[in-house]
Amino acid sequence: MKLVTGIIQPHRLDDVKSALEAAGVRGMTVSEASGYGRQKGHTEVYRGAEYTVDLVPKVRIEVLVEDEDAGVVTGVIVQAAQTGKIGDGKVWTVPVDDVARVRTGEHGAAAL
Amino acid sequence: MEWDTGATAWMLTSASLVLLMTPGLAFFYGGMVRAKSVLNMMMMSFGAMGVIGVIYVLWGWSMSYGTDVGGIIGNPFDQFGLSGTIFDSAGEAVSSTLGNYPQVVDVAFQVTFAIITTALISGAIADRVKYGSWMVFVAIWVTLSYFPLAHMVWGGGLLSASPDGIAAAIFGTTDGVASVAPIDFAGGTVVHINAGVAGLVLVLLIGARKGFGKEPMRPHNLPFVMLGAALLWFGWFGFNAGSAFGANATAGLAWVNTTTAAAAAMLAWLITEKIRDGHATSLGAASGVVAGLVAITPAAGALSPVGSIFLGAIAGALCALAVGLKYRFGYDDSLDVVGVHLVGGLVGTVGVGFFATETGLFYGGGFDQLVVQVVIAVVAMIFSGVVTLVIGLIIKNTLGWRVSEDAEVGGIDLAVHGEGAYETLGGGRVITEVRS
Repeated sequence: MKLVTGIIQPHRLDDVKSALEAAGVRGMTVSEASGYGRQKGHTEVYRGAEYTVDLVPKVRIEVLVEDEDAGVVTGVIVQAAQTGKIGDGKVWTVPVDDVARVRTGEHGAAAL
Repeated sequence: MEWDTGATAWMLTSASLVLLMTPGLAFFYGGMVRAKSVLNMMMMSFGAMGVIGVIYVLWGWSMSYGTDVGGIIGNPFDQFGLSGTIFDSAGEAVSSTLGNYPQVVDVAFQVTFAIITTALISGAIADRVKYGSWMVFVAIWVTLSYFPLAHMVWGGGLLSASPDGIAAAIFGTTDGVASVAPIDFAGGTVVHINAGVAGLVLVLLIGARKGFGKEPMRPHNLPFVMLGAALLWFGWFGFNAGSAFGANATAGLAWVNTTTAAAAAMLAWLITEKIRDGHATSLGAASGVVAGLVAITPAAGALSPVGSIFLGAIAGALCALAVGLKYRFGYDDSLDVVGVHLVGGLVGTVGVGFFATETGLFYGGGFDQLVVQVVIAVVAMIFSGVVTLVIGLIIKNTLGWRVSEDAEVGGIDLAVHGEGAYETLGGGRVITEVRS
């Protein structure tokens, strides 16, 4: 099993969610996040003082999938989240040893 | 005696409106600080209400409006505890000297001015001052800076139209009063220049917040700031229109000028920051409103509404630029008491010399009024600056001003007041035994 994690622009969440649903993904975890990448945020002036805004709001989306689905899900997220502008985010995949469904106690692929 | 009940009712209403300004200020300032110090900020305003609400009836009124001592103060013992202020020896209610209503109504009106003026200073020294030291400062400062200036300007002292005053010394007297009377309708010198200079002096004495100029210290609750500005605007109708001391045309003019100047100043501030920074901010709108209200305060009864548009716009633009000065000169006037109240107070007090419809330079009145206005502004600045410096130094070397670095960084609310606005102490359980 794999955990696919995407950090995306908050305004792309709805599209990414719909695309994942259309691709057959039946569950996901979404949380608010903040951070920066290669461009290191931006500067802005507020009430006479200049600020660097290096932690920009993002959304983290996490999906647990079977090994062979990881590539497809990654592709779906990238395609739906992409605007081509700076700050679009990243998607990565990590292996998962085990998953348990709390309600039934099932393990492994049956718990996905 | 038959009182003018309309005037009496309006003055009591005005007093109530001005009192509301201080809780309004607590919200205005409270929203501007960080979440960890909002309660302390609001408590500084409420503390001023407590201390001065008591002091004013003891010696405040007497020092402001009692028998003159050298043009500087009223005798504090003359009407100590308001003896002889409310009823005369025959048991009759004493009349106000300003209108046909009882003098006790003036006491109500004036105490509210003393409170808001002192509370204004707190914004300059946000987040870092011992609460006890602030409360002691409030008591001494209102006694030695506010009451004397109120006496000098409104109680027949040096900065009034008195034949013994400075204006009379410069341009002589006509019929026993200064030929060119100083104009401070509702407190440009007494309130705003006074508080603004005091804020600046204290900031220089006390020093900057830890992290000033490095960490962002942006407002934690802008709706609070907007709410506070709205309450201040509403209360300011009492401040300015009440300073007509009657329910009359001057009060109406002051009301209209107050709103006009606040509106124009808000627009000017927003335009200035949109051009400079790219955004018209809610903080700018709220601050612009206050800048306009400050500037029109000394001028509200002396300008035309069109003149008020210009005065307000100048104040809004200048104050918007002035709030950036603290970064250039490195003084941490945390919530811009200097940038808004000192600068706005100077714009208004000096602006009267240009815009007053009867005596102003732009209305063919020549330079005399302008000279008098500049002189009273400068005298007020020097007086307030020196008095505040002495009080501030004494407190610095006795009680001390600053809370510990630990308390300041961890949050003054929890360290000093034992509570937090938005978070509880977390965990734990009640160990007081509850009797059933």
